[in-house]
Amino acid sequence: MSLSLEFPKGPITKIKGTCLCLEGNDIDTDRIIPARFLKCVSFKSLGDQVFADDRKEKNGLHPFDIKANQEASILLVEKNFGCGSSREHAPQALMRWGIRAIIGYSFAEIFHGNCISIGIPCLTLEEYNLTCLQQITKEKAGKNCSINMRKREIVYEESKFIFSIDKGAEAMFKSGNWDATSTLISQLEKIKDIKAKIPYINNFES
Amino acid sequence: MSSGTLYDKVWDLHRIADLPGGSTQLFVGLHLIHEVTSPQAFSAITEKNLEVFCPERTIATVDHIVPTESQARPFLDPLAETMLSTLEKNCKKYGIKLFEIGSGNQGIVHVIAPESGLTQPGMTIACGDSHTSTHGAFGAIAFGIGTSQVRDVLASQSLAMKKLKVRRIWVNGQLEKGVFAKDLILHIIRQLGVKGGVGYAYEFAGPAIEKMSMEERMTICNMAIEGGARSGYINPDKTTFEYLRNKPYLPKGKAWELAVKWWETLSSDPDAKFDDEVQFDANNVAPTITWGINPGQAISIDELIPKKESLGENDRQTAEEAYLYMKLQPGEPIKGLAVDVCFIGSCTNGRLSDLKAAAKIAENRHVAKGIKAFVVPGSEKVARDAEAEGIDKLFMNAGFEWRKPGCSMCLAMNPDRLEGNQISASSSNRNFKGRQGSSKGRTLLMSPAMVAAAAISGSVVDVRELIAKNNTSQK
Repeated sequence: MSLSLEFPKGPITKIKGTCLCLEGNDIDTDRIIPARFLKCVSFKSLGDQVFADDRKEKNGLHPFDIKANQEASILLVEKNFGCGSSREHAPQALMRWGIRAIIGYSFAEIFHGNCISIGIPCLTLEEYNLTCLQQITKEKAGKNCSINMRKREIVYEESKFIFSIDKGAEAMFKSGNWDATSTLISQLEKIKDIKAKIPYINNFES
Repeated sequence: MSSGTLYDKVWDLHRIADLPGGSTQLFVGLHLIHEVTSPQAFSAITEKNLEVFCPERTIATVDHIVPTESQARPFLDPLAETMLSTLEKNCKKYGIKLFEIGSGNQGIVHVIAPESGLTQPGMTIACGDSHTSTHGAFGAIAFGIGTSQVRDVLASQSLAMKKLKVRRIWVNGQLEKGVFAKDLILHIIRQLGVKGGVGYAYEFAGPAIEKMSMEERMTICNMAIEGGARSGYINPDKTTFEYLRNKPYLPKGKAWELAVKWWETLSSDPDAKFDDEVQFDANNVAPTITWGINPGQAISIDELIPKKESLGENDRQTAEEAYLYMKLQPGEPIKGLAVDVCFIGSCTNGRLSDLKAAAKIAENRHVAKGIKAFVVPGSEKVARDAEAEGIDKLFMNAGFEWRKPGCSMCLAMNPDRLEGNQISASSSNRNFKGRQGSSKGRTLLMSPAMVAAAAISGSVVDVRELIAKNNTSQK
């Protein structure tokens, strides 16, 4: 758990750190953060509780408990990661544990959107490349991996992989406007215009 | 790219601006909030010195954490009490209407908005809850959002969204007696997979869908997200309009007529273009039940738990994980599997018609020895309507507990939860590991009538057999 890392801020162009491999498809957000931990009015304490039940079951052998992974900031996953509940508590828990980027084959829609809005890029690799990266991560554990957002490139020792990223997300990370609030509220007048034209808000008169 | 679909029409009406990278700033017509995913959003509004832009377009309720036995305040669980009092404070501070406990309006967010007429065709509806897809049953674009997006909607009544592709799921035929909307959607998810809908909105259409009541349609759209589709919708028709007539949040007289006229224009055009189309036949659907750890791991009641070899490459790893977790063997029947707890309720199946379907099975029978069975109405209105028909007494006479409205054991954020490795027969929507409050707890998803049948029998049974017995005894 790398508590020393700052939370994402501004343009996100490069991410450097060690990788942590989490195997399995369809890992849902109930597993990332079980519902009982959602009884809170702040996200602050969620870092410790990430994968609470899975970790308990694995008794110290879960990837999030293995000593060598404690400083990891890049998470490798497989298919449909983050499916199920919309709880932002899931990426918040990962971020507070120390994760700053997630690389996988595919991500669930709402989870992906939640990651963007807190500054965690979700990068996708072709299946073959993902398997290679998992392999290298296991063989050369603890080495630094670097992600270059401009080049869409992941470099691990002498291996290079080209990733894909959602274009909207890429633009937001590049500009630093991944926290959408300021962009959205800059259009308040236009929002009022649209609102004035919507039938169900205006007694259905056209 | 789809064109001429309801999704396209509603999207275009709400489009405010195009954002860099292909996203759209989309106006949100109705914003629903609850106690679990809103507190951090309000904190952000306060910290950033922002205002709530259109407080009249946000409606709040409390559902996830409410106890279903005593709802006296303060709640026995101090964390639950803090969550509700935080929501109360935020609603008061920002002038947001809260459907309070005891007001007659409180209930699960996806039950209260449709039943009060807040949910309407042609709207964009967002809520910090993945089952927001439910509202698509009315011909709205409805989708779940995270807490940062709840903040964005509060601040701007809009969202940065990427337009989805549209897949039309055409369902021919008709469901046979004892087979319900829940069986159909479990069947669809099983066939298309839990990630099949990622990147898509699902349009459910065809004769079988047209014949469905609004409550059945809500069950279908509710679980679109379990198939990976963030939104699911059904074109509005006479059934929709009749359901909405005289609902509290709808106009009467001339405005009502104008509303219907506008709604009639929203359906997907006959020559609409879809990004993908698939077909199903409702006649081929039997009572369907999950055996694994995601809603796609489902079989019909007479099937055996699938062997790994019979599954696609991608599903094998999860199947192995499921056999272990569920303590079930491939090749075993699901029928006859003993259950411990039976739960009827949730935003999928906690409406009046769901309770009635279950009550028909429970009537003149009794819950099997050693089984805990309870019914949690989806809202105070559902409870009131059911009680007016004597359904509460019918359930209690049959040995079921009759509870107060809330999300309850669907996700077990209140005291209702599984213990140890108990198995539940559940009318809810997720059978994920640990979902129902015990890290070893096991969930079998099925229709409310099937849950009632399991409660009576003490094990998984085919509800059609109990219905057949009902019919014989009536002769």
